Parts: sequence; C-alpha cells; structure tokens
Amino acid sequence: MFGKGASSSKSMEIIGSEKKISVLIVDDDPIIRKIHSALLSKFTKEIQEVKNGKEAVDLCRSGASFDIIFIDKEMPIMNGLEATKELRAMGVNSTIVGVTSCDLSSERNDFIAAGQNQCYEKPLTIEKIKSLLSELNKNN
Amino acid sequence: MERSQLLRQVAHQRQTLFDEGLLDEQFVQLEELQDRTNPNFVEEIVTTYYQDTSRLILNIEQELERRPLDYGRLDGYMYQFKGSSTSFGAKKVKAECSLFREYCRAGNGEGCMRTFQQLNREYATLKRKLEAYFQLARQARLTETASRPG
Repeated sequence: MFGKGASSSKSMEIIGSEKKISVLIVDDDPIIRKIHSALLSKFTKEIQEVKNGKEAVDLCRSGASFDIIFIDKEMPIMNGLEATKELRAMGVNSTIVGVTSCDLSSERNDFIAAGQNQCYEKPLTIEKIKSLLSELNKNN
Repeated sequence: MERSQLLRQVAHQRQTLFDEGLLDEQFVQLEELQDRTNPNFVEEIVTTYYQDTSRLILNIEQELERRPLDYGRLDGYMYQFKGSSTSFGAKKVKAECSLFREYCRAGNGEGCMRTFQQLNREYATLKRKLEAYFQLARQARLTETASRPG
C-alpha cells in the first residue's frame, strides 16, 4: 500500500558495515533537504543540513569535515558553484556532488571546472546514491 | 468499514492519482523512504510543499498585477515552484510550471496568466485528492494497530 520500502541493511552493505560515511546536504529548498536527508539516512546516520553555500563554507571552516557534500547549484547568498570553488580553495577534499534542477548536460562542465566530482539532476534517488557510493568504493 | 475493504479503497485511490497523471514515479521514491521509524514521511513532505508553495503563489499573484510584467522575476518564482513540485512527483503541476516558464521566456503575458490559472486548478485538485488519500491511509493504519494482538 505504501510502496516496497528500501532495506537499510542492503544499503549499508554498499558502503561496508564498519565505515561511517558523513554527509552534508546543502540546499535552500526545505523539501529537498527533507527528502535527501531521509534518502541518505538509509545509508548513514551522520547527516548535516545547511541552507546555502555560505553556511556550508562556514561549517567547513569551523573544522567540520564530511566524506560527501551534496550541493545544490541555485541558492541565495552563495550558490553551489561559488561554494565549491571556495571549499576547494580552503583545501576541502570531500567528494562534492552537484545537484541541479536545470539541464544537466549544459552545466556539467561548470560543475567539474568548479571542482565537483560528480553531478546529478534533482531529486536524488536511491539508485543514484547507490551508484555514487559504489563508484566511491571502487576508487578507494 | 471492514479492514480489507479499507485497504482495497486506499490502494485504488492511490492508483487513481497515478492513472489520472497527477503523480509520477518520484512519489513512489518517497513512499520507499517511508518506514516504521518515519511512518508519515510522505504526508509531511506534501504538507511542507503546500506551506512553502502558498507563499510562492502569493508572490506570483502580486507580480502578475504589476505593469509591465517582470518576466525574470516571474520565472525565478516559477523555477522554485517547479523544483518543489518535481521533488515529490506532482506531475501535472510540474507541467504547468514548465509551460509558464516558456511563456515567460517568450514574454507572453497572456500565456502566463492563462497558465497560472490552470496551474492553480491543478494545484488545488491535487491537494484535495492527496488529503482524501492520506486521511483514508491513516484510517487504515489505525485499523492495523487496533487489530494487532496486545
């Protein structure tokens, strides 16, 4: 009646049951933050959320570090591309994943040039997260 | 109402939302995130959506009364509206948002106003049908709790 229901244990297998992945969600849309947080909670409990690029930069500057940063492109105060450039300039080595509602193909170059590792069209799905985490596991 | 009858009704109402093109696959993705620790997740998302977008609707209404129309500003509001609508699978509302943005890009004020009226209709219809669905689904969950052995 309410859908199949994702199995958390299957999701945790993807990242290895011992390793804790920490993620930061950066998006000005509270609905997207809520959805992405619920989605990522199937894979990890270490999740933080902020509303724009400046809050993300300030958080990292204050000493917080994350394995993966999911960053929206269009945000007030500081957008995703600016924040990515700033984070990389600060020496942040996290995997940075751009998330956008715009046409991805035209923006991919902008994302990569800014220093992002990957980009997806909004909204994220369980499949996109699984494929991202598998890719990260392979590279590690 | 007998429990199995209630469950059949819930399933039927849910399917109708998809058959009538009101919702798409993204809604199913959200349902998959719902579980015992988060049993009202989908309803919470929809509630947040309607709270958030009511503000946007007001802003757009005000903008549509200005002369000349600021298409850039209108497009900006509608970009947000479309993003939120896409995130939970509001298929018809999303389509009207896209159409509105096309009219903005073409500088077509009449088209914008016509589309906005249609968008409001789709938005209200979806809200009404989702509220009815969630109410029935809540009833079904209550009968499930009641029928569990103590």
